[in-house]
Amino acid sequence: MRNYQSWGRYPKSEPHQIVPLHWLSELQELQRFSRPVLAHGQGRSYGDCCLNNGGILLDTLGLDRFIGFDTQTGILRCEAGVSLDAILRLTVPKGWFLPVTPGTKFVTVGGAIANDVHGKNHHRCGSFGCHVTAMEVLRSNGERVNCTPHRNAALFCATIGGLGLTGLILWAEFQLKPVAGPYIASEQIRFRKLEEFFALSADSDKSYEYTVAWLDCLSSGAKLGRGIFMRGNHSSRPAAPQAERNGNGSAVGGFDAPEMLINHASMRVFNWLYFHRQRRDAVAQVVPYEKFFYPLDVVPGWNRLYGPRGFLQYQFVVPYDRRQAVQEILQVIERSGQVCTLAVLKVFGEIPSPGMLSFPRPGVTLAMDFPMQGRPTLELCERFDEIVRAGGGAVYPAKDARMSPSSYQIFFPSWQEFASFQDPQFSSDFWRRVTPAG
Amino acid sequence: MSAAAAKRVLILGATSAIAQETSREFAAAKARLFLVARDAEKLRAVAEDLKVRGASAVETCACDLTDTAAHPAILSEAAAAWDGLDVALIAYGTLPDQKICEGDPTALRLAMETNFLSVVSLLAQLANILEKQPGSVLAVVGSVAGDRGRRSNYAYASAKAAIETFAAGLRLRLAAAGVRVVVIKPGWVDTPMTSHLPKNALYASARSVGHGIYKAILSPRAVVYLPWFWRWIMLAIRMIPEPIFARLNL
Repeated sequence: MRNYQSWGRYPKSEPHQIVPLHWLSELQELQRFSRPVLAHGQGRSYGDCCLNNGGILLDTLGLDRFIGFDTQTGILRCEAGVSLDAILRLTVPKGWFLPVTPGTKFVTVGGAIANDVHGKNHHRCGSFGCHVTAMEVLRSNGERVNCTPHRNAALFCATIGGLGLTGLILWAEFQLKPVAGPYIASEQIRFRKLEEFFALSADSDKSYEYTVAWLDCLSSGAKLGRGIFMRGNHSSRPAAPQAERNGNGSAVGGFDAPEMLINHASMRVFNWLYFHRQRRDAVAQVVPYEKFFYPLDVVPGWNRLYGPRGFLQYQFVVPYDRRQAVQEILQVIERSGQVCTLAVLKVFGEIPSPGMLSFPRPGVTLAMDFPMQGRPTLELCERFDEIVRAGGGAVYPAKDARMSPSSYQIFFPSWQEFASFQDPQFSSDFWRRVTPAG
Repeated sequence: MSAAAAKRVLILGATSAIAQETSREFAAAKARLFLVARDAEKLRAVAEDLKVRGASAVETCACDLTDTAAHPAILSEAAAAWDGLDVALIAYGTLPDQKICEGDPTALRLAMETNFLSVVSLLAQLANILEKQPGSVLAVVGSVAGDRGRRSNYAYASAKAAIETFAAGLRLRLAAAGVRVVVIKPGWVDTPMTSHLPKNALYASARSVGHGIYKAILSPRAVVYLPWFWRWIMLAIRMIPEPIFARLNL
């Protein structure tokens, strides 16, 4: 049984109809729908960009076929509903890895393109869209547009990071990267303040393909800004012979945890334990890629730990020379008394994305989870927006459920240019919320 | 049968959601697959997918299997493609509308042609081919619905029950030749065939059922319920006395 909420489970939204798609050769006439349509894959975006209240959701998970894989060049072509998980299971044993991966492998290729997702290697490889070599987009007028960085390039750029609004992505082709095996040589280094993080990051980005940090958002005073820096490279160690690993773990189950599970006290204990789990300041180990990239994927349905009200994730980026905004935001959280359950910090690199509305841009990005507690949480995020606007940054639409139209239009000034590529029949709760036309 | 022995595989109804998932298991084990289904475009998409997933070779044949006269030619082509067959799986069917079948003899006949006549025709022909290949497996997808007639779907259920009875007799005949006959009985599965029905917690994914079929083909079992708990649900349902069953709204 599927539910068609977003990952944060806020806001609640009820589509008028779900239309499951199964075959590229047997696609629905989109114009026969009198309501707005939107593709919905794994529903892993946090806010409302994958929701379409009162409209049609095109369920793309049935479009899960591979179309071609050249094991010599690492070019993969597949239907838009194929998950990154399915790709990894196919390609890693053959020595190929995703060019860019977000923090979960349970997203579809269509979703990865529509949100132009990024990962721990942004400073080296840019966003997912940088590696897309071709795709086909179905417009509501029935036209199927084959686009590449050179052919129908404008639609190509609008579709990357285009939040699924330029039409239905049918299939995509992208370049994988060669790896020796499934392991990552990783290091975890404790840092005690943000300046240490920035120094570590600047140093590590030269010699490490993957860098990211976990931040303890509940420590205060002198401990504010402490965390654990993680960096890694693909290891040259080949796969163990019995490398049949299956990593789905145990689900949280079909029920919501009580909201009181996540509170200030429990999270302080958790963060203290996490910060102190390694006895030495630096630990090096070779780990399977799943453990390095997808630690949360072993607990399917972890979003339900936040209870029925769900949670908000707030992710922003500010230019590097305005990185003081990170400190300011941590101080705002400290004063607010709100519980930030998870915070992840990363320095983005300079590689531009082809995407017209892409979120990743040079600077510092911080992603934070907050249990949804109604107005206090929304007001806190509004306060963050002010700091991000003042810093000339942006908030990530894939994570957003609440930013104001004026904030969005400041963060993404190309939105009006984008409107000319938007398919008139495609829309989402997010788009209706942040733009006048919807 | 070991995974290594299942190298030449025939899938009849290869574009069904469940058959695609089972085929992916065979493909990952580097088998050669011969796929038969009605729609050439869909067949091509499935064949491409299976090649990427590791199939050593994929051949396709687009045809309507309700045309039983064409069966001998199709099956001998499949058997000749790689000089024999290790596994044959029949995995197609329709879910006819019970109400329409009650009033329209043509619809009822079509439902029986698809779900029963064409299937037993294939079973009979395949038996003659596999009989010469000890160790091979003949598998057919039935349904838990065949375990007891209910007012909501007895047209479909009777066809599935008939397949199982046919296969049971065939199993005894082929045992002497060292050929296994497996009947797989899925419960509710979330597929395009059931996309119009409201779903409940007992629905299984096509992926888990497809994987279960692959395991069933490799296992020594004769009748396999998927998921396993349906064996006990159906046991209970078969044991309900008719007067009580008649009053249940099933």
